[in-house]
Amino acid sequence: MINTIEVSELTKKFGEIPVVDHISFAVKEGEVFGFLGPNGAGKTTTIRMLTGLAQPSSGKASILNYDIQSEITQIKKCIGVVPEASNLYDELSGLDNLIFMARLFGVARDERGNRAEELLKTFGLFDRKNDLFRKYSRGMKRALTIAAALVHKPSVLFLDEPTVGLDVVAARSLRNLIKNLHAQGTTIFLTTHYLEEADLLCERVAIIVKGKIVKIDNPKVLKDSSGEGNLEDAFIKITGLSPNVMVMEKGGGYNVAR
Amino acid sequence: MWRDNLRAIYYIALKDMKTYYLKPPGVSWGVVFPITWILAFYLRAPGDFRELVPGLIAMTILFSTTAAEAVVINFEMRLGSLERLLLAPVTVSAVLLGKILGGAIFGLMMTGIVTVGSIVVLGVHPHILYLSIIILISCFTFATLGALLCVFVKEVFEAQTLLNLPRFIMVFLCGVIYPASKMPVWLQYISSLMPLTYTVEGLRGSFAFSPAHIIFKDGIILSAFLSLFVFMAINRLKKKFE
Repeated sequence: MINTIEVSELTKKFGEIPVVDHISFAVKEGEVFGFLGPNGAGKTTTIRMLTGLAQPSSGKASILNYDIQSEITQIKKCIGVVPEASNLYDELSGLDNLIFMARLFGVARDERGNRAEELLKTFGLFDRKNDLFRKYSRGMKRALTIAAALVHKPSVLFLDEPTVGLDVVAARSLRNLIKNLHAQGTTIFLTTHYLEEADLLCERVAIIVKGKIVKIDNPKVLKDSSGEGNLEDAFIKITGLSPNVMVMEKGGGYNVAR
Repeated sequence: MWRDNLRAIYYIALKDMKTYYLKPPGVSWGVVFPITWILAFYLRAPGDFRELVPGLIAMTILFSTTAAEAVVINFEMRLGSLERLLLAPVTVSAVLLGKILGGAIFGLMMTGIVTVGSIVVLGVHPHILYLSIIILISCFTFATLGALLCVFVKEVFEAQTLLNLPRFIMVFLCGVIYPASKMPVWLQYISSLMPLTYTVEGLRGSFAFSPAHIIFKDGIILSAFLSLFVFMAINRLKKKFE
């Protein structure tokens, strides 16, 4: 199978501090690839480098054989990015937001309206298409943000914490959508803190800690090799991170135990 | 590629007009504020109000073009919407030029209202071609100045504060109210370093039917400021995303 994303020794330093430290991995065509790690591990910085929002300090990466530094415009035409924040325009309606994005991505004039309405129907927002974005609920905003990333039919989709802040039903419908996109052959690069979600969706996951990839494998293999029954326990064991436990002391107050 | 960029510049400007500019706060800051300011000076020292028209137009250009740049750049930077634009297959320069175009068009609209109003109400008769050239170049120059200062800070309030410094210095030193030629020589040197001086001079020249070379000199100097501001603003924004 062809590699859609190839990353080799990719590094990003802020000053002298490496935030992403010589990471290498490949994502296969049509794969759902999870990129897991604790806060500040370098997940978002990696996505920012792969999508042209940040320049690498060293190393190489390509998406669909286009180099991220010299051919980023070609890459942007083929990828969709769902950032952690739902950052569409409050003063535009759902429909206008999608049409604006379609215009920016060069979707043909006669296709823009149909494509926007088709996405609004897919995401269950068609009845609210003329409402301003600011009037949408958090789940609806998230859904429209994802729809905006799909408006130009990208073959690779980057999802940065897509289900953060969503209720159970909205999160589940989003996971179903990811499964559908996967079934249609879209390559998906997913970062999430919800390891159950990664276990459910991803064919392979990379675990990144302090800017370095410590493990890449199938979730089942990771669980088996670490002797844990679920990915969360496997993740904690692999990363060596232990959760703090807040213990209430006698007479009030809390203490941190490990 | 250039087609993608041109399309982006146009649609970003269009979106900004709809989303930010054509709202009551933008209009009031762009038009009401300069009129009130000029009226205050007129009431303090009444004379022929027509002499204040070039200053009124210059202030309208300055305040209308710079007023919303802080919002369209810093507000979007904070929300992450600016990054969303940068995820499109267009260059950083195209995104910034789209923002500048939106500010400049808004400035042209506001200045157009004030200029036509002045001509109709006060019966002043400028050289329309000269006036149009100076207003057009000035609107782009000050929209770019607004963008340049905004890309140096993160928050909207920081941008507004930062913008007020050159705005008010220019209003006092560039001949908007008091002719620059009557100021002390050392202040004239300082005012010659500020783009508004050439806007005011060009506007006064347009109303006085000055020789063409004076107007074109002002136009060329304003264009040089414009090029410098565009270059600096694009470089600064690019650095933010390195």
